[in-house]
Amino acid sequence: MSKPNPQDRVYSRDHEWAKDNGDGIVVVGITDYAQEMLTDIVFVELPPIGKKVAKGEPVAVVESVKSVSDVYSPVSGEVIDVNTKLETNPEIVNQDAFGDGWMVKIRLSDAGELKTLLSAADYEQMLKEEKH
Amino acid sequence: MELIFEISKSGRGTADIPASDVPAVNIENTIGSKYLRNELDLPEVAEIDLIRHYTNLSRRNFGVDLGFYPLGSCTMKYNPKINENAAQLPGFTGLHPYIDDKSAQGNLQLIYEMQKYLCSILGMAEFTLQPAAGAHGELTGVMMIKKYFEKKKQKRRIILIPDAAHGTNPASSALCGFEVMELRSNSEGGVDIEHLQSLMTEDVAALMLTNPNTLGLFERNIEKVAAIVHGKGGLLYGDGANANAFLGKARPGDLGFDVIQLNLHKTFSTPHGGGGPGSGPVGVGEALVDFLPVPRVVKKDDKYKWSEKFPDTIGRVRSFYGNFNVVVKAYTYIRSLGAEGLRHATEMAVLNANYIKERLKPYFDLPYDRICMHECVFSGSRQVAESGVHTTDIAKKLIDYGYHPPTIYFPLIVPEAIMIEPTETESKETLDTFCEAMIAIAKEAKENPEGVKNAPVTTPVSRLDEVLAARKPDVCCKR
Amino acid sequence: MDYCPHTPDDIKQMQAAIGIAGIEELFADIPEKFMIKQIPDIPQALSEMETMSVMSELAGKNKLPRFTLTGAGAYYHFIPAVVGHIVGRAEFYTAYTPYQAEISQGILQAIYEYQTMIAHLTGTEIANASMYDGASAMAEAAVLCAKMSGKNKIIIARSVHPEYRQVVKTYSWANGYKVVEIPYIPSGQIDLDVLQKKLDDQVAAVLVQSPNFFGVVEDIASIADAAHKKEALFVTGFTDGTSLGILNPAGSLGADFVVGEGQSFGNPLNYGGPYLGIFAAKEKFMRRIPGRLVGATVDKNGKRGFVLTLQTREQHIRREKATSNICSNEALCALAAGVYLAALGKNLKRLAELNIYKTQYLKNSLLELAGWEEVFPTPVYNEFVLRCPDAQKVNKKLKKEGIIGGYALQKDYPELKNTLLFCATEMISKEDIDKVVAILK
Repeated sequence: MSKPNPQDRVYSRDHEWAKDNGDGIVVVGITDYAQEMLTDIVFVELPPIGKKVAKGEPVAVVESVKSVSDVYSPVSGEVIDVNTKLETNPEIVNQDAFGDGWMVKIRLSDAGELKTLLSAADYEQMLKEEKH
Repeated sequence: MELIFEISKSGRGTADIPASDVPAVNIENTIGSKYLRNELDLPEVAEIDLIRHYTNLSRRNFGVDLGFYPLGSCTMKYNPKINENAAQLPGFTGLHPYIDDKSAQGNLQLIYEMQKYLCSILGMAEFTLQPAAGAHGELTGVMMIKKYFEKKKQKRRIILIPDAAHGTNPASSALCGFEVMELRSNSEGGVDIEHLQSLMTEDVAALMLTNPNTLGLFERNIEKVAAIVHGKGGLLYGDGANANAFLGKARPGDLGFDVIQLNLHKTFSTPHGGGGPGSGPVGVGEALVDFLPVPRVVKKDDKYKWSEKFPDTIGRVRSFYGNFNVVVKAYTYIRSLGAEGLRHATEMAVLNANYIKERLKPYFDLPYDRICMHECVFSGSRQVAESGVHTTDIAKKLIDYGYHPPTIYFPLIVPEAIMIEPTETESKETLDTFCEAMIAIAKEAKENPEGVKNAPVTTPVSRLDEVLAARKPDVCCKR
Repeated sequence: MDYCPHTPDDIKQMQAAIGIAGIEELFADIPEKFMIKQIPDIPQALSEMETMSVMSELAGKNKLPRFTLTGAGAYYHFIPAVVGHIVGRAEFYTAYTPYQAEISQGILQAIYEYQTMIAHLTGTEIANASMYDGASAMAEAAVLCAKMSGKNKIIIARSVHPEYRQVVKTYSWANGYKVVEIPYIPSGQIDLDVLQKKLDDQVAAVLVQSPNFFGVVEDIASIADAAHKKEALFVTGFTDGTSLGILNPAGSLGADFVVGEGQSFGNPLNYGGPYLGIFAAKEKFMRRIPGRLVGATVDKNGKRGFVLTLQTREQHIRREKATSNICSNEALCALAAGVYLAALGKNLKRLAELNIYKTQYLKNSLLELAGWEEVFPTPVYNEFVLRCPDAQKVNKKLKKEGIIGGYALQKDYPELKNTLLFCATEMISKEDIDKVVAILK
């Protein structure tokens, strides 16, 4: 079973989360459900700091032994920080997807975008529907 | 087992170097000390230790000569020994690639005739033997398609590829700057004609089709497929990985394919060498002949020579003339079997695959239940649902029964896929004992799933930690 | 002769089990109009004895030379007996790619050892399990550099093997990259001034070979500096692999990638193939390089073992996003190279020295002939270029005596009229060389 999805952030349909720090900067990662589907993560490829991303564009790549998946940016903006710990210890994503397993910090270019994302409850509803 | 470096001891050695019969020169003066290396850290082992090391390694390896190897899509048939002997003839091994053509008439004749034979077998206008492997042949084929449209001054940016295709197809297309669009399979495992019709525009350069496809099923609508593609001015590319299914029965050229690559290490019995060398000849119809790689062998007055005088060529894809010595083995095979033997081989390959399909059908899910060609694809879904035993577990358990496992988790459109290609060189007895092993594993999966999940137990190592290997890669021994 | 073990009775039983009355029912999916009765124009089947005689006759139509003075990308070296015996073991050569690690530890470990030896020899940190040949290895390195950097220009020295340059051009054209050639200076080395001028911010990679096609050793460190200053990646090839036994390898001098032909390590000339593409790189490129990689790991009981690793780089997982489409490689040739290098060990240096001695003796002997002169007065390994009064006549005279002469450079370098590229390995004796001089006198 996946860990519960925290209420303090919003979610994308592609299983990313975005947590608003309130200062125009959001932290982005993948959900616990996503890490579970991916199985053991062996590598996380992070973007260069300063990269500009649009909502829905790939911002990082996660690899397991047998698969490779893009992580799509849930918001538009500029990458201002990346979680370099993941470069040597990608298993952190498996262990703590909502916490220490965060991937990038993005300075929002359009705060309104956050409102278009799903609440924890909506995301859980979506997962339920996907399973059918 | 120890690494060769771990048995190394300073002062030992195998190969000795003859004394020089010419005057020695001062190396530092001749080359210049700044260009010389300081250390050379290679293993130092006595000949007996070297032989034992590699012989012991060989005993930890499984080949066709040891047992049944039903690795789907890889056509692991018996590798006839006469092929090896022929390829070892000094006339074939000893020539430098830049020897003058007059001194290499035997080789040139062999290459020329091999191309002609492949044209006859596949129904194509011309062949090149330059590509070193199937994927290399694919790349060469797609390059010719690109050149064809360049020459026609048409900008086409898309290649259509079915969802069941080998991963090399999209990768080869992307390497030529094409965008890949996925074509759906229909419920029978064939091309979804309506989907093809909707995707096939004048922006599409080609459809890459494996026929029979990776489910082992022949494309019944091939004529319609070819007509749709050609109707929009596109080309039909054939991935010949599965050619063992139709030799002497039908010819891709007649079916409408404009270009096809073969894998001599599959269909034409050359050994795969634990990963290579292969050989990936490419055949083309008249429309693409001008774009073949150079050099090409030309024949004039019973003499053969290399020619580069083909202005529209894509150029070279490899140095020299391809994996010539592999071609010698495949040529030997074709001469041994003749037309009738090739046809018989195909018939027995298809018979064997259908026999396995029928025998195992009651025990494993068969997503596409119809006559198959040279291979059949089961799904381990039933076992997953019943007892949590996955296809990987079944494969590993087969190792304990003394078999090389089938191809697993491919094609991607079949969950828990088990792709079995027996080839024609296996006897009914071999197939029967293999099927009995599969049936026993299906039974054990129900009754004692842990026994299957723990396999293999008969091998020098048990299941290996692939996650560790990928998280903390160690690809070179640091001493 | 075919290799099917089916008796008529087997076939009957199997048909019954499938529920068909005849084999033709198995092919019912092939539209009737496309069915053929027989493949046309294939000679009739032969017995094993007849096959061997046909093949011997074909092989006999080739004229094996007494010896050869041409290298130019393919080198005639002695192969220790152990190599053939190991490579000839069916456990190795009748195996497929080691997808099932537990029953493929033999080839996996052998390739891991090969990767280690190659990384060391080339002065890099990692090496893959092999590519098709030296030329395609160089082309794939160029494509990788362009894909990684997002730049679209490839710079290549004109002193790189002409066929390698052609392959690089073919791959670059297919990917939409531009190739720029850099001339050589009178020393036979790359023109550093022109290189620096051509190095703009669109250059993804600089490709050279050392020793280069003329046999000349390049000043790798200076080229590396020039390339890196403009943030281009630096790919270095080599000609004869045995040169790595004595020359400072490019990886130690700043090359990002070292690629080249490994045929010299235990693989016969074979009229050009199969050969061995060597691909080595700095560690930071490990997750991007093409081809298979064997990695060490442990099994469930903590025992060391080997697997194909980092497979997400490859086409079967990454599909159209893969940086290469390579699947089959030249594993058996890599095995031969591993055995060869283990057999030679530190003696590879002595072998390289012997090649230099023979080369210097051949060069000095030829230079005594009237009208012969050295073209590039620069250190060489085992190949060199000489100008002579009539290159065609020289090769003709030698051919009459069963000797392959030098490689005539004019075909690829129109400005190098009457020049020949000679090669001397350990296989040439003093007697051979003296004979060559006597013939040409």
